Amino acid sequence: MTIYNVTGIINFAQGEFAMLGAMVLVSLEPLGLPLPVGVAVAVAAVALMGGLVERLTIHPARRASPVTLIIITIGVDISIRGLALLVWGTDPYAISPFTAGPPLRVAGAIITRQGVWILGTTALVLAFLYVFFEHTYPGKTLRACAINPLSARLSGIRPDRMSLLAFALSAGLGAVAGIVIAPLTLVSYDIGLGLGLRGFVAAIMGGLVNPAGAVVGALLLAVLENLAAGLFRAAYKETVAFLVLFLILFFRPHGIFGGGARGGL
Amino acid sequence: MLEVETLSVAYGAIQALRGVSLSVGEGSIVTLIGANGAGKTTLLRTISGLLRPGSGRIAFDGREITGRAAEDVVRLGISHAPEGRQNFAALTVRDNLLIGAYPVYRRHGKAGVQADQERVFALFPVLRQRERQMAGTLSGGEQQMLAIGRILMARPRLVLLDEPSMGLAPLVVREILKQIRRLPEAGTTVLLVEQNARSALAIADRGYVIETGRVVLAGSADELKRDPRVQAAYLGRATKGPPSKGSGLAITQE
Repeated sequence: MTIYNVTGIINFAQGEFAMLGAMVLVSLEPLGLPLPVGVAVAVAAVALMGGLVERLTIHPARRASPVTLIIITIGVDISIRGLALLVWGTDPYAISPFTAGPPLRVAGAIITRQGVWILGTTALVLAFLYVFFEHTYPGKTLRACAINPLSARLSGIRPDRMSLLAFALSAGLGAVAGIVIAPLTLVSYDIGLGLGLRGFVAAIMGGLVNPAGAVVGALLLAVLENLAAGLFRAAYKETVAFLVLFLILFFRPHGIFGGGARGGL
Repeated sequence: MLEVETLSVAYGAIQALRGVSLSVGEGSIVTLIGANGAGKTTLLRTISGLLRPGSGRIAFDGREITGRAAEDVVRLGISHAPEGRQNFAALTVRDNLLIGAYPVYRRHGKAGVQADQERVFALFPVLRQRERQMAGTLSGGEQQMLAIGRILMARPRLVLLDEPSMGLAPLVVREILKQIRRLPEAGTTVLLVEQNARSALAIADRGYVIETGRVVLAGSADELKRDPRVQAAYLGRATKGPPSKGSGLAITQE
């Protein structure tokens, strides 16, 4: 989403960064690092990969149209998945939950401990994005670049540097997401696509430029998916994201929460 | 300070500038007047690096800058306030000024940037009152003041101002021009593009008249004001009969 705001392109490789985050953490396991250190290293490594991807694929084509660049990100998505297949094979890996113990009961609902981690991390990431974009100079610079690219250039802001920063930041955040959900799902080389698709649908539900809206969109999507799985059959779960995507693009192209393509976050 | 030599610029097959030459001396205010579509904006956009010329050269302080990217030109000391203000609408006035300081932010540090911001507020006090407001919510005049203040934050030695009077009430135009006139005192040279020829010539030292991509007249502001062709075409005076009493209103030729 940060990439979209800054560069106007949708990064369809975003889900792969989540996969990479979890995979790198899995690979670090033999080193026996404490979990926070491992997570930090994995996130930093994936952020670096995000920057590398930008330099190698987007940067050389930066004068191309957004559609071309979006198609490039699809190519990147396929390539990363292919490379992951070579490196990690087809076996799924497990990451143990961050804190062991039975699920918690909250007001009659049952929530796993890892679920609490996910919610907490989401809140933390949102807070980070808010502080970053509203209260730091690099964040404001990124926003300026998104709001008025012409004036940004005339102010001396280099759009290619901002694009690099946006990719690294998004990749790092993607890695955080991948790592925090990994204990609930299992990680294999091909989880990125599904994650990326759901992330994209959730972002569209939120109007594409609004991180908080995307979080609400994601919760809504997850509820719909599980309703579909529960009411009909589990296989229908996979189709919900596509169905929602179609419905929104047909009826509410600016997102279901109104507003739409504003500047800001 | 700025030398433009036989500059030609084309948008595809359309030739917007045909061999324009002009020079801007340090510490002066030079205005470029002409009708819509004459090539004034194209010239500014080429100087600031947004457009690449087909031929000709641009030199700043004797150094050739032809074809340099806009991000680099601003670092050399040329700041461009484009037509239509172009502020960062969803950022506050204060953040707009901070982004304006981008090329010098690290070099000058927080204190330096703060001092520059105070200078901008001294020039346009209303911006201080609007400091925490979104730029998009300002009035047209305030937005123009912000656009000028924003580019001054980079401490430019030359500013390119594109139609600062556009769409503004005469009183506001007068206020803004008064401050533009003071810029050379603070070490900032001005290249001012205007359709509002009367106002522009009132504060300029020299002027160029540009028509269909060519400079057709050049001279001191006084010479241009007296030139019958300028009077007829840009100052709205009939060549015969007594000059009309200037109301101070914008006289433009469309």
